[in-house]
Amino acid sequence: MSERAQLLLPIADDELVLGWRNSEWTGIAPFLEEDVAFSSIAQNEIGHARALYQLAAEELGTTADELAFDRKPEEYRCSKFVELRLVPDWAKTIARHYLYEQSDERRIGALMESDDPEVAGLAAKIDREEAYHRMHAQMWFDRLQDEPRFIEAVDELRPLVDERGEHSAEFTELWGEMTMVRRSVAGATW
Amino acid sequence: METLTIVRLGGQMSAREQDFLEFVQAGGQVETSDWMPDEYRAKLIKFIEMHGNSELMGVLPEREWILRAPTLQRKLALTAKVQDEVGHSQLIYRVVEDLGKPRDQCLEDLISGKSKFHNVFHYPTKTWGDVGVIAWLVDAAAIISQKALLKCSYAPYARIMKKICWEESFHILHGRDVVLTMMNGTDEQRELVQEAVNRWWGPLMQFHGNPIPAEDDPMYQWRIKSQGNGEARQQFLDGYVPQIWELGLTVPDPKLRKNDDGVWEFSEPDWDELKHVVTGHGPKTEERLGLRRTTRDETAWVRRAVLAEAA
Amino acid sequence: MIYEVFRQERKGQAFAHAGSVEAPDRAFADWYAREEFGRRGESVALWVVPREAVHEIDDFIDELERNYHRVDGYPLKEKLREARERAGTAAPADR
Repeated sequence: MSERAQLLLPIADDELVLGWRNSEWTGIAPFLEEDVAFSSIAQNEIGHARALYQLAAEELGTTADELAFDRKPEEYRCSKFVELRLVPDWAKTIARHYLYEQSDERRIGALMESDDPEVAGLAAKIDREEAYHRMHAQMWFDRLQDEPRFIEAVDELRPLVDERGEHSAEFTELWGEMTMVRRSVAGATW
Repeated sequence: METLTIVRLGGQMSAREQDFLEFVQAGGQVETSDWMPDEYRAKLIKFIEMHGNSELMGVLPEREWILRAPTLQRKLALTAKVQDEVGHSQLIYRVVEDLGKPRDQCLEDLISGKSKFHNVFHYPTKTWGDVGVIAWLVDAAAIISQKALLKCSYAPYARIMKKICWEESFHILHGRDVVLTMMNGTDEQRELVQEAVNRWWGPLMQFHGNPIPAEDDPMYQWRIKSQGNGEARQQFLDGYVPQIWELGLTVPDPKLRKNDDGVWEFSEPDWDELKHVVTGHGPKTEERLGLRRTTRDETAWVRRAVLAEAA
Repeated sequence: MIYEVFRQERKGQAFAHAGSVEAPDRAFADWYAREEFGRRGESVALWVVPREAVHEIDDFIDELERNYHRVDGYPLKEKLREARERAGTAAPADR
């Protein structure tokens, strides 16, 4: 697999799966204004995944959708951190959001320095959107930092941030649901 | 000046109430800080609250399909659609709150079953065919009612209806795109669409409610609604049955036809089913209200931590 | 806290009231306003204002009918006809 794909797939998979997990809150977030806001964050993440997949797909002779949906579970490169199903725990959800954005800032920052101008260009665009996510995460952190359950959640999740390896059973379930319509009629256009 | 129809309120109307009635019937617009009869305010709250409830409950049948969307584009479009619906409920409940009923109370009444939401959101979604049919036909039925509400006598509600109708137009486009793609696809995909149409037809025909003559409908008298139920249904059929038929799809009603006067004839919708469903006995009512109750309980601490503070 | 939101659809246009959001503070209000009234690119700018900063006035006094403020306070037609007659410049058929 090309160097570019190797570099981009873990990030794309993280964004896809995190976006998927965050969109599980759509319609049931703590209050309506936040429901709308958090849904935008989830959409942005999936949008980032799509753009990253598109870049990788060029190298691999495939399409973004095929990369997103048509791989076997063991071929995905997402971290265990993003796979965790956290609904309806808002403390853990925001803790993950906060920790992920911190870690992702470093990762995207490195991509912005890439010799590959397409990668660097896309990374800059993603970073400009992620700036808003970081603002949102900080806003929530400031509000919840006096809540013991939130601090506990941050402490509990922090060690998991960059853990990659075998996927959890949760991921297999996620993959099953994510691909069920697509697999129902093989090769169809939707 | 023409004498205007007097609403039977079960008692005498005061002169002030009569003036108000004449005002709205002549096209007058009411703002939040204006005086309004108690009955007008009560009817308004109930009507608008039901709309807010419906937008919020409408999210639940669709949100599962976000997770199952078969392409990234569909996933994004569907997430955006559902997000719009949450946004609509936010706008609508704000209007209700400014009329005097707090949002928390609305949500409590929704979850306890005390207040209602539209029939269509009590039914299950079974396939990706439903995703297309809901966005195309159910949203179409809703938008017909919503366009009529642009003329609501209560101005804050009429104003948010503009934004709501604008956003709903995207939903219908999305729905049509999903359906057309499937109809141009495989036999299995076409079958998914037909099967969904067959299942949703009954609830769609009940959606606009049983026809009430305008003179017996207080909602019309107060100009909260400006369109009768029968008229809305005719508009729906006129707009969408041709769209259904031109794709080679059938409608499961052998009596459905447009007569020589341009009026659509159809089998009488099942009004018992409608009543049964909106009073909380739909196939998915319990489960969906249960989900709302659980997530609301689990996130109560968030609202206390974040919203309960003094200004 | 309730924040009122005014939106500008295109540069040069007036800001119009769009609706309101509930938020604990300004930072949240900004986020929510941007989302509720701008996520589909329908606005180029927003004003986000705490509700208590907005005061409505709907009483305007004109007991003595100040017609000098209105167009009907300036009946020019007759005077113009008279002036043209005096100057010998007959009024044209169409004004």
